[in-house]
Amino acid sequence: MFDSAPEIATPENYLDYIDRKIILATQQGLPLVPRPYHQLAEELGIKAETIISRIKTMQQNGLIRRIGVVPNHYKLGYKANGMSVWDITDKHIHEVGKEIAALPFVSHCYQRPRYLPHWPYNLFAMLHGHSREEVENHIQKMVELLGERRLTHDVIYSRRILKKTGLRLITEK
Amino acid sequence: MLKLTIQKETNQVAVSELTDLERRFLNAYQHEFPLSPMPYADIADELGVTETKILEMLDSLSRRKILSRIGPVFTPNRAGASTLVAMAVPAEQLEEVAALVNSYDEVNHNYERLNDFNLWFVLTASDRNRIEEIIQELRDKTGFQILNLPLEQAYHIDLGFPLWC
Repeated sequence: MFDSAPEIATPENYLDYIDRKIILATQQGLPLVPRPYHQLAEELGIKAETIISRIKTMQQNGLIRRIGVVPNHYKLGYKANGMSVWDITDKHIHEVGKEIAALPFVSHCYQRPRYLPHWPYNLFAMLHGHSREEVENHIQKMVELLGERRLTHDVIYSRRILKKTGLRLITEK
Repeated sequence: MLKLTIQKETNQVAVSELTDLERRFLNAYQHEFPLSPMPYADIADELGVTETKILEMLDSLSRRKILSRIGPVFTPNRAGASTLVAMAVPAEQLEEVAALVNSYDEVNHNYERLNDFNLWFVLTASDRNRIEEIIQELRDKTGFQILNLPLEQAYHIDLGFPLWC
């Protein structure tokens, strides 16, 4: 019956204009008022109940990963954020990705493409620490954990924030 | 002429400067924020304070820039497309190139990093074509080496991040 339906949903075929309006209105945060969904309802001309149920559906679909407080980690003293980049043997990339993601000091862990010869790294892990020493200790633990599955690695610290705005997934055009 | 504005390094807040309520709130509501008509009243009940107290705390956390936002955290590349881009820019041209990069609305994070690839930014657009178009424009305008590093697989489960443990 659904033979013609695409196997993998794409944004175009499962996000309708109501979802898009809700994403647009909430991606930079909910209003800090007693009835935030009702305030959005008034702004968007969509019922608050609809907004809530659409958000729930987007969460069930995995489009929304979590709903909650997004603290400013930098302001809270997690200043030494190191972007660690790793060249992991291809056949171990998935197991290594999962092991690294499970470490308590890792917030994000992504596989990304290599660009040889300039860029040999295929795994990124964002490490958090209060000091550079703390981050270096984390790295040492990771090196031990990975053993020969690690070919090489580097840690790239940030020097300055040049731009930081709330995430915009979709823009109004 | 594009002007580069740099976010100044602001004073950090020590955990000890946070109230007990603020700590409990920041740790407990990084996920499962209530999807109910009066979420702050529900949080107030759970934390044993009044709704007014919660709203005042939120106002204070925002003013002190401890709170980035409260709301949904979207999964990358599901609503629209995004990628991480690295550029290798000579130090003397960094300001100029950063200003060019920042002039795109599709750029939301841009960091100077200590590496040969010294400019790192996230591009987010409605679709993949727009991302490719911007990268090509940057290549044409600057001539510098650019790495387009879209995520191929995410391994972490984002439940927020423990602030102190």
